[in-house]
Amino acid sequence: MVMLADGGFTWDPVEDVRRLLEFHFMVNAFRAGTIVAVVAGVIGWFMVLRRQTFAGHTLSIVAFPGAAGATLVGVSPLLGYFGFCIAAALAIAGVPRAGARGTSEESAVVGTVQAFALACGFLFVTLYGGLLDSVNSLLFGSFLGITDTQVATLLFVGAAALGVIVLVGRPLLFASLDPDVAAAHGVPVRLLSVVFLVVLGVAVAEASQITGALLVFALLVVPPATAQVVTPRPLLGLGLSVAIGMLVTWLGLACSYFSDQPIGFFVTTFAFAGYLLAQVGTRVAGRFRARGARTPLHTGIPA
Amino acid sequence: MIRAAGTGLFELFEHPFVRHALLAGTGIGAATGLVGYFVVLRAQVFSGDALSHVAFTGALAALAFGADARLGLFVATIAVGLGLGVLGPRGRPDDVVIGSVFTWILGLGVLFLAVFTTSSSGANGAGSVNVLFGSIFGLSASQAATAAWIGLGVVVVVVAVARPLVFASLDEPVAAARGIPVRLLGIAFLGLVGVCAAEATQAVGALLLLGLLAAPAGAAQRLTYRPFAAFWLSGALAVLAVWVGVLVSYLAPDVPPSFGTMAVATAMFAGALGWSAVRDRRRPAGRVRNFTG
Repeated sequence: MVMLADGGFTWDPVEDVRRLLEFHFMVNAFRAGTIVAVVAGVIGWFMVLRRQTFAGHTLSIVAFPGAAGATLVGVSPLLGYFGFCIAAALAIAGVPRAGARGTSEESAVVGTVQAFALACGFLFVTLYGGLLDSVNSLLFGSFLGITDTQVATLLFVGAAALGVIVLVGRPLLFASLDPDVAAAHGVPVRLLSVVFLVVLGVAVAEASQITGALLVFALLVVPPATAQVVTPRPLLGLGLSVAIGMLVTWLGLACSYFSDQPIGFFVTTFAFAGYLLAQVGTRVAGRFRARGARTPLHTGIPA
Repeated sequence: MIRAAGTGLFELFEHPFVRHALLAGTGIGAATGLVGYFVVLRAQVFSGDALSHVAFTGALAALAFGADARLGLFVATIAVGLGLGVLGPRGRPDDVVIGSVFTWILGLGVLFLAVFTTSSSGANGAGSVNVLFGSIFGLSASQAATAAWIGLGVVVVVVAVARPLVFASLDEPVAAARGIPVRLLGIAFLGLVGVCAAEATQAVGALLLLGLLAAPAGAAQRLTYRPFAAFWLSGALAVLAVWVGVLVSYLAPDVPPSFGTMAVATAMFAGALGWSAVRDRRRPAGRVRNFTG
């Protein structure tokens, strides 16, 4: 990890920010983290709404053999991330939903596919014979050594994914909330679901470069889930989800930089703490509101 | 790694590390295969997924505090398994909640990993890779014997409760009405899955144990419709997968044994899916399926 002469934490916020952004790789890490947080926040919001977290989990696991395989063949890991995730998204979209056999076997299939994908990743890493530390950074994320080209690629791909979401946002929301009615109104539900899975694959590929393949959930699920606990309104929820994602990423990067501990731990902890806070907060607020509403009712009823 | 070039299959058993791997692998395979049958039957694969994350954190927590990794493994997985069971099959929390909690637990594991690698000099992340992906060839004689004994214990327990558990899994209300302690059985079963998860982590690692739980059981359910035949078949397939995985890895040292095991298990499942699809097309579907219906 990084050992810096004057990299320590002070209680002066201006000085801390200056130290944080002193080195170019940290500036790049913040740029990349912000892009990923925005993309994951928006697309994750739709994913949580559509109850496709298990698909997101599977896609994120596929990112690991993708990156390891690309390293093995000697091409850029970016290509592996995007190639494998998009291919897996198309495969999931192509398989029809299990009907007669029920969910018990479907989950067995998903579990087997996940474990096999991870085993393939492990095989690629073993064949490559590289440092064992690279396994950990693929699985649990690393913010060191992000180049300007990578930031540009992330920005370009992220903008494209968000563009698609903006284009199909309205019908997608309709189709997610009530597929039957949407289909009756002539919305191409099936096509939308395929498009969304591909966009989800792109988002997962982006996020797993920062958080690692195993911790994608931290940016893709937890901030949107927190936002949906707080508000059911789409635009407000999307904004909140993006804001939480960005805050969590920035705090995670800063803490990781100053404390020398892995970023994955901080990002997951902050995201999970926010989720707990939102759950407790809405419970308490709901109880107060319920009491406030009940009191006049009680006194109003003539005995 | 040990080069097997030039040595035939007959020298296989002369290497102590292969004997240990096969001994431990038999116990681990039998336990995960038999328990995995019920995991798939009761549609609790996601619980298995959750326990695999816990296994990682448990083992690394033990390593970080200087204890035996197996102690952390068993304590963490059994505790969380029982916890999942007590929290109830009724009030099932949805995927988002489980996912959020277990992402955080995994994040915690990453912290323990960092503590472990910085505190113990010379350990460059190899410990975590072993926990994640298993190292069946690295077991000592006593470790292999322990794994085999625990595997045997799990097999005995699961065989003992197999009959009421099948009943409770297929038709819970009727089983409860007949006086079977359905709730207690469910909790005990998840505890057993916890033992299994800790056990399998030693062979195939925390990340791949889900496959060893799910794939042989899924294949067995496709191959036969009779519950007890599928139960025994699942155990046999899992043991076979571990054996073939060890053998493949012995003959081709570049291939890690956990990959070999997972590849065989996946191939079994894929083959069973294909075979049963062909069979169902030949026969009328209604007649063969009436048992579970």
